[in-house]
Amino acid sequence: MRKKLLATVVGTAAVLAASSMTSAQELNFDEYRQMLRDGNPAELFEMEGEELWVTARGPKNATLEQCDLGLGPGVVEGAAAQMPRYFADTDKVQDLESRLMTCMETLQGIDSKEIIDGRFRQGERGKVAAIVAYVTGQSHGHKINVDLSDPKVKDMYDLGEKAFFYRTGAMDFSCASCHSQDGLRIRATGLPNITTPEGAAEGWGSWPAYRVSNSQFWTMQHRLWDCFRQQRTAEPIFGSDVTIALSVYMAGKGNGGEAVWPGVKR
Amino acid sequence: MKKLMFAAPLALFASVAIASDLEARVEEMMLSSFKANGIASLDRQKRDEIQKACSSPTQPDAETMKRLEAVEMQTIQWPANGDYWQGGSWEEGQRIALSGRGLTWTDNADTVNGGGCYNCHGLDPANESAGTIGPALHGYAKVRGTSEEIVKYTWGKLWNAKAYNACSDMPRNGFGGILSEEQIRHVMAYLFDPASPVNK
Ligand code: HEC
Ligand code: HEC
Repeated sequence: MRKKLLATVVGTAAVLAASSMTSAQELNFDEYRQMLRDGNPAELFEMEGEELWVTARGPKNATLEQCDLGLGPGVVEGAAAQMPRYFADTDKVQDLESRLMTCMETLQGIDSKEIIDGRFRQGERGKVAAIVAYVTGQSHGHKINVDLSDPKVKDMYDLGEKAFFYRTGAMDFSCASCHSQDGLRIRATGLPNITTPEGAAEGWGSWPAYRVSNSQFWTMQHRLWDCFRQQRTAEPIFGSDVTIALSVYMAGKGNGGEAVWPGVKR
Repeated sequence: MKKLMFAAPLALFASVAIASDLEARVEEMMLSSFKANGIASLDRQKRDEIQKACSSPTQPDAETMKRLEAVEMQTIQWPANGDYWQGGSWEEGQRIALSGRGLTWTDNADTVNGGGCYNCHGLDPANESAGTIGPALHGYAKVRGTSEEIVKYTWGKLWNAKAYNACSDMPRNGFGGILSEEQIRHVMAYLFDPASPVNK
């Protein structure tokens, strides 16, 4: 069964990658999305992540089954829809990825430094991405529900809003330069207006996602990293405050919207 | 009543203090959450005056905008030889307009920067995959002509877009060292040369 899914999924991705899309086709990407709906290649990552969740690993040879994502140890369903949130044990507001680092470190003994200094899609950071696919998949169809009545979460929201409009770098861009008006495009790629609840829910609620254009699975940390690259800033540190603050801003702004995790993108 | 009068200015003071505290914490965060990588150094996390003034959803008042624009206007370098576009090549200009390369941490000092114009503007009407962050510039010279005024304005706009609109989303190509004077001349040819597909 698993093998069969793998074959179809890899087949679809290869066909899409091989056919060089014309600009007109790019503009009609919704059709591709529709085509992929029955077989989002991200499912492979979900399966890998589920296996990682229950596999004893790391210096402590433990599983992640006791990991507390905010709804109690081991509760995965619906947990991602309520993140980022404040965790008393770390005294920090954490997104899913930084929380998974905490669980991997405390339960399995895997050094967070290895993930923070690592590279996307490789080593332990790559494993975090697969677990993200699994965990977010368990919130698919849930409403985004970040607790802005928690003062520590609200504080991060305020910082995130400021960061969103913070113009800096070689081209004077802020996130708002590309994401604060309705219906705009960069080249043929549509950009959600993240300053509105609908646009924020669209952006926040569709990543992590499988990107058809390069056949890669990207988490939100990866998405933000690449947007900062396009913004021409220095490189954001994995799981750093700015990534959490922006995540709280987007998730909080998108509260009530539907999470369609994991997503599929051009 | 007396108490109320006393409380109001205090509350105002408190909210101003909180706002500037938030500002300071964001500045700190925009530094500490980043690391240098190749040509993308930490200097990029520090804002100049115009970036600071334009870092909120609402732009500064008209007077401040004017003052900021006057400062930017002084930075524009006009072509040393008086040649705004005739010596440029629209074919070269097209390559520069199409290329969005340069200045990221995956580029290096030898990367030839593009202008990324197509990320934001329609130029050649035949190119359908142009962005819409900026206004469409189809038929630029055909529509606006080639008077000295429009030619000079366009050079200035390309060199430093903020001189005309302090909080413009358009990068400061010349001022920021994104494009060289020669590259700007090529892009000018792409906009003004009657043979350029922009004007077909
Ligand atoms: C110079 C342009 C640019 C800047 C600046 C920029 N982005 Fe993006 N962003 C993009 C593009 C282009 C995409 C679509 C990429 C894709 O689909 O491959 C995107 C996609 C996104 C998405 C996913 C949207 C969706 O519906 O799929 C989010 C969320 C996002 N950006 C957030 C941000 C944040 C937060 C910042 C600031 C830190 C930022 N962006 C800065 C260009 C930019
Ligand atoms: C990130 C977006 C962005 C990029 C990249 C960009 N522009 Fe712009 N441009 C804008 C916006 C937004 C405006 C309108 C607001 C303003 O006046 O600044 C504009 C305005 C202009 C104007 C003035 C139009 C008028 O009606 O007066 C010209 C000319 C222009 N751009 C040319 C270019 C060229 C050529 C390039 C590439 C070298 C370029 N732009 C790159 C966003 C951009």
